[in-house]
Amino acid sequence: MTTVAAKPATKPATMAQALGRALRDSMAEDPSVHVLGEDVGALGGVFRVTDGLAEEFGEDRCTDTPLAEAGILGTAVGMAMYGLRPVVEMQFDAFAYPAFEQLISHVARMRNRTRGAMPMPITVRVPYGGGIGGVEHHSDSSEAYYMATPGLHVVTPATVADAYGLLRASIASDDPVVFLEPKRLYWSKADWNPDAPQAVEPIGRAVVRRPGRSATLITYGPSLPVCLEAAEAARAEGWGLEVVDLRSLVPFDDETVAASVRRTGRAVVVHESGGFGGPGGEIAARVTERCFHHLEAPVLRVAGFDIPYPPPMLEKHHLPGVDRILDAVARLQWEAEN
Amino acid sequence: MTVMEQRGAYRPTPPPAWQPRTDPAPLLPDAEPYRVLGTEAAAKADPGLLRRLYAELVRGRRYNTQATALTKQGRLAVYPSSTGQEACEVAAALALKERDWLFPSYRDTLAVVARGLDPVSALTLLRGDWHTGYDPREHRVAPLCTPLATQLPHAVGLAHAARLKGDDVVALAMVGDGGTSEGDFHEALNFAAVWQAPVVFLVQNNGFAISVPLAKQTAAPSLAHKAVGYGMPGRLVDGNDAAAMHEVLSEAVARAREGGGPTLVEAVTYRMEAHTNADDATRYRRDAEVDAWRDHDPILLLERELTERGLLDDDIRRQVAQDAETMAADLRERMNQDPLLDPMDLFTHVYAEQTSHLREQAAQLRAELAAASEEADASEGETR
Repeated sequence: MTTVAAKPATKPATMAQALGRALRDSMAEDPSVHVLGEDVGALGGVFRVTDGLAEEFGEDRCTDTPLAEAGILGTAVGMAMYGLRPVVEMQFDAFAYPAFEQLISHVARMRNRTRGAMPMPITVRVPYGGGIGGVEHHSDSSEAYYMATPGLHVVTPATVADAYGLLRASIASDDPVVFLEPKRLYWSKADWNPDAPQAVEPIGRAVVRRPGRSATLITYGPSLPVCLEAAEAARAEGWGLEVVDLRSLVPFDDETVAASVRRTGRAVVVHESGGFGGPGGEIAARVTERCFHHLEAPVLRVAGFDIPYPPPMLEKHHLPGVDRILDAVARLQWEAEN
Repeated sequence: MTVMEQRGAYRPTPPPAWQPRTDPAPLLPDAEPYRVLGTEAAAKADPGLLRRLYAELVRGRRYNTQATALTKQGRLAVYPSSTGQEACEVAAALALKERDWLFPSYRDTLAVVARGLDPVSALTLLRGDWHTGYDPREHRVAPLCTPLATQLPHAVGLAHAARLKGDDVVALAMVGDGGTSEGDFHEALNFAAVWQAPVVFLVQNNGFAISVPLAKQTAAPSLAHKAVGYGMPGRLVDGNDAAAMHEVLSEAVARAREGGGPTLVEAVTYRMEAHTNADDATRYRRDAEVDAWRDHDPILLLERELTERGLLDDDIRRQVAQDAETMAADLRERMNQDPLLDPMDLFTHVYAEQTSHLREQAAQLRAELAAASEEADASEGETR
């Protein structure tokens, strides 16, 4: 087994670095872990997440594939059938769509259709979401499609530490995981010691990022920093907002979410993807089913508009920002008072 | 300084002369499908192999007629018959070694059975009793695949993985003529050629994709020609000639095993029955066309060869027919028993560890089942 050289933590790490480190540690620990995708080799991925892997582990372990997403995921299925643990990179959210048939018809249901004989330990890394000025087809939030497919886990980190811990857990999982990487947080930094990476979190646990008593903001991925900012701004209004980071959309941590909403009596779900048929509808319904008698106001959703992702010059009007979140919180108060 | 002068000052390396990577001629398929039976090549064929092929063809034909009958009796939800295509099915199974992998489409039940799987478990998908009736790893047979051509990249990935692990394993993937139009077909062939994966692609060109004839499916001279563009050899074979099929597939498998990369084999055959029992073939093809293929039946061709060479007598013929009948009787009897299904299995294999929302739904179903069984007990008590 390859020993990973220790690297002193002299400066804060980015999410992209933590993801890369998670890949490297997983590959070093388990020779069955293989990385494949377009540009993951010499280039190190367009976001440099796979930087250095081909050099360290060879092109057989970190493979530049032909440019064909269905082929990348389809061959990963065969590799998993033979006992490997493929980690697939889909370069951008909207580029993953050609691979949907493989994902839905095979990856998600192979365990089920073979009655447990053939699990699919595949991790599909999908950089997702907007806010980076990307042109068309580079900013989609596609989590609702993945959430609607039984058999898949859907995971999305919002912090540097979680990026590492959750990716390690996803690669180690015997089930397929769609690992959604919030592109606009790739360069977000945090003090993170790569010599002692955070213990691997089990997939499926939400976390309270900030305590509060007035209302709960339920969010994940790219919207977490926005919600934390909104919670800070809300303090001036006298509101104490609790912020729950879901981290995993499937499985869904009903307990943590319901416990929070029972404490606060009010909830707003915040995400970038469209509201209609989006994750927020499911979350609001689950919260209502579990917490109805504790609720002081309807569960509200602050989401992206139900439009194809807008051109970069207009995306600031589309993405849920602090003001839109605070407006929703204000509506919760109004509902409570009148 | 003008732009032209600038350009004059800048002297880039001239582009290298274009050189084709390989001579495409060896990759091109022959103009005519390769045949063995009825030609001089047949004399070289191993008598033992020919007899084995004959027995498998007869058994396969009987399996097809029995399964079709079971559909009519409502014992199978659907059966896509491979009557007329048995030579392709049998050759695909026999060309592989035990350690190799077979990737069948939904019409390839017969290849699965010829590979040695239990005839009943091979029908599990089509019976509606779960989706796969066997452990794919145990038999090295992938689940029968219903979406078109999506199993081809799986075969490539598996073969690639096997080679990376240093295993001497070949994958043979089966697809129909219609499936060659799917994106996954092209992506699989391209990946296989780039990776030089030990894969054999077998296209059974049976003339129709449900009702759409080949002429409306492709403009290529043959489906085997498609191989050239990916950089792999294409072979055109008479799909009703069991000896030719076995020879060509065995060669391709051997080449793959020796590191020679993938091959695309097009078997020219004909689907004698409708697409499935849900299809009316008279709407899109004439009886005369079907009749013409009857004279080119795979069993007939092989029987003629064996008889001419004195390799087939009435005793062998009777024995083979009897074995096939025994298999059919066993299939009939076991398929007429209702499978025992546990509804709670709906939740068993969705995830390695059940998610909380599935646990809740499993509890709901368990309660519904308990209530239904109490109700049944109560009404039974009343009738008593």
